[in-house]
Amino acid sequence: MPMDSQDIARLIKARFPDAEVTIRDLAGDGDHYAAHVVSKEFRGKTRVQQHKMVYEALEGRMGGVLHALALTTAPRPD
Amino acid sequence: MSEQVVHDWIRKAVASNDVVLFMKGTKDFPQCGFSSQVAQILGHLGVTYKDVNVLEDMGIREAIKSFSSWPTIPQLYVKGEFVGGCDIVREMFQEGELQQLLDAKGVNYNRAKATV
Repeated sequence: MPMDSQDIARLIKARFPDAEVTIRDLAGDGDHYAAHVVSKEFRGKTRVQQHKMVYEALEGRMGGVLHALALTTAPRPD
Repeated sequence: MSEQVVHDWIRKAVASNDVVLFMKGTKDFPQCGFSSQVAQILGHLGVTYKDVNVLEDMGIREAIKSFSSWPTIPQLYVKGEFVGGCDIVREMFQEGELQQLLDAKGVNYNRAKATV
């Protein structure tokens, strides 16, 4: 079942209020997305930790309704 | 099998093989684009690895997610340590970090293919 890109962004922003969230709908089908998230909360965290934080923000949807979300994260510089 | 039993199986698999890829399909016949990308990177680097096809075992398919607290497949393990899924492995390969990790863990690969 597809998920709206604005819903994805909203969930991520709710967890990381400072985040810059860029979402691309890769196939134009509302089902294959690429998200890039930049937040100061990623500072000092490994990539696995950063991605887990985003997955937690998506409250279990990742791997479920969201089966195709390519994710990149980066700490926000000062 | 209970989840605990499957976790024990996974623990043994990642302890007894230097590099293990839990994937949909096999390294020769991946059945998912994300799994295929990681298999291609490992193949490109000439890494010897064990592939575990989660599509053949629903127990492993579910238990691997709780084992690593990671919601998706593929999942790459090097020397027993969870490295990441497709996005992280691809980014690490492009940045040369995957090669550094293999070096640091003493895992052989084809250094002539180390650059993107």
